[in-house]
Amino acid sequence: MTDALTTNGAPKTMRDRLRLWWRAEPAHPMKRAQFNAPLAPWLFVLPQIAVVVVFFYWPAIQAVTSSFYIEDPFGFGATFVGLENYKTALDSTQYASTAAFTAFFCVVVTTLALGFGLLLAVKADKVIRGAHSYKTLLIAVYAIAPPVAGLIGMMFFDMHIGPFTEIAAWFGYELKVGVNYWDTVVALVTIAVWKQIPYNFIFFLSGMQSIPASVREAALIDARSGWRRFCDVTLPLLAPTAFFLLIINITYTMFDTFPIIDVIVKDKPANNPMTLVYKVYLDGFKGNDIGGSSAQSVILMIVVAVLTVVQFRFLERRVHYG
Amino acid sequence: MKPFDHLVLILGVIFLCLPVVMALMSSTHAAIDIHTNGLSLLPGGDAMATYGKVLTHRGGFTGDVTGLLMLRNSLILGLGFAIGKIVLSMMAAYALVYFRFRFATALFWMIFTTLLLPLEVRIMPSYQVMAQLHLLNTYSGLIIPLLASATGTFFFRQFFRSVPDELLEAARIDGAGPVKFFIDILIPLSKTMMSAIFIIMFIYGWNQYLWPLLMTTDESFYTLMRGIKSILQVWIGSQIPDYNEAFALAVLAMIPPVAVVVVFQRMFIKGLTESDK
Repeated sequence: MTDALTTNGAPKTMRDRLRLWWRAEPAHPMKRAQFNAPLAPWLFVLPQIAVVVVFFYWPAIQAVTSSFYIEDPFGFGATFVGLENYKTALDSTQYASTAAFTAFFCVVVTTLALGFGLLLAVKADKVIRGAHSYKTLLIAVYAIAPPVAGLIGMMFFDMHIGPFTEIAAWFGYELKVGVNYWDTVVALVTIAVWKQIPYNFIFFLSGMQSIPASVREAALIDARSGWRRFCDVTLPLLAPTAFFLLIINITYTMFDTFPIIDVIVKDKPANNPMTLVYKVYLDGFKGNDIGGSSAQSVILMIVVAVLTVVQFRFLERRVHYG
Repeated sequence: MKPFDHLVLILGVIFLCLPVVMALMSSTHAAIDIHTNGLSLLPGGDAMATYGKVLTHRGGFTGDVTGLLMLRNSLILGLGFAIGKIVLSMMAAYALVYFRFRFATALFWMIFTTLLLPLEVRIMPSYQVMAQLHLLNTYSGLIIPLLASATGTFFFRQFFRSVPDELLEAARIDGAGPVKFFIDILIPLSKTMMSAIFIIMFIYGWNQYLWPLLMTTDESFYTLMRGIKSILQVWIGSQIPDYNEAFALAVLAMIPPVAVVVVFQRMFIKGLTESDK
């Protein structure tokens, strides 16, 4: 199956991939032996294709089209307005501040969650006694749903019963989550990081345990200091895992924190921090601004698409040389 | 430096697990007790009363929704999603890996493009599509749209590619057709993979929040996650909020997925790290 367009069966460039697509041959030759039945593959692939077309492409296309219209608030049709919705969204100060907060939130949550996850993984990799119990306890929180995490977090930051509010009071600070902007930010970051540490821990730990014993032993001989060993050997070998996690953590902070924000901020967006996704939801479902909400959706789609393509390109490389 | 390593790990465990323990313990205290004494680290005496009420008390606007009902709906969503995902993605991956047919590549790209956009960014139009199809407040409406992503397909495709070619050649010599090969050889071979993916997908389905929130206005379709939203809405304006009931609901919502992760830990880690999201 290897021909001029492919190396080891994989297409060389995007252009080659397009040409392969045009020639209707699999981009990645799968098997030496394949079935040659005309109807069977269609029957197998049809359910998935049907679901994807109806529940992915149809809504995605609808998001793009309705972003060019302004819907009449009383349901009397829609007017084509071109890029008006995009202009309105991008010009509004509220959108700018929401985007700024989302970026800030992504940086802080990703840094903290990756940092703590890596720290715990390094330590869990070292200890022998109790290693299994530590692992189980550190992993368990992964399974807790974001809204449940939000609810528990809300109790911890509650103005009457919250332990964190009490601790802040010892230092003479009155913590007012849901009222004071930055207090709410602290609560959101804490809960979002808490929820994400186990995920990063799992990946860093399994990344570390896949480092061959021979490499570890060689490092042990070459560098006596544990810190040097970590910087010179472990960290570079973990770089692919770290990069993969970086993208995952950014998408997590952008999208999966929605329930946490919904629980903490509730439907009181006034003067409270929120992410771009939460604004799409508020404008669309609470504000009934379908055109504006769709335009924001499309902007987000582009951001995510870029992130995912970056991730794929990288994953592909990892598969080839990893 | 062993003691220091243990110290860091113990602090990590405390940070991650203490909130869960405190939620569990506080759920066994009365609301007034929590209101005056704060969250608790020790069990109280009101567990039976609180959980009994949360599970069987008819609440909500219609007076029909109970904790048991929400538990059942969450289970339907979790299991339905996991099973649906495995069936759809195994079939699609089988077609893409084991057959040579026209447009296979086009279909491949069509399916994998779905990995680009999470449901959250197309939530508004998805809702409109569901309304047009009259699927609001149905179990199919709750489950099927969540299946429109290629995570599982990607995973099984990778796995099928690693299956030796000799198996298919041998099966063909023995006269096995596509369906027979799939059911008699490939499915038994994929058992471990199927269980790993099942665990990941069950947790994913069970933990869904935004989609059930929009899709279900009829309270008889409420899941536990949706119930958390409504208990918080009642909260605003009440003298002493039902802290104990909220905690009990949170505990009910987290026990099944946490138990699955703890019991099937190896399988879970395998599924998570190999599925590449």
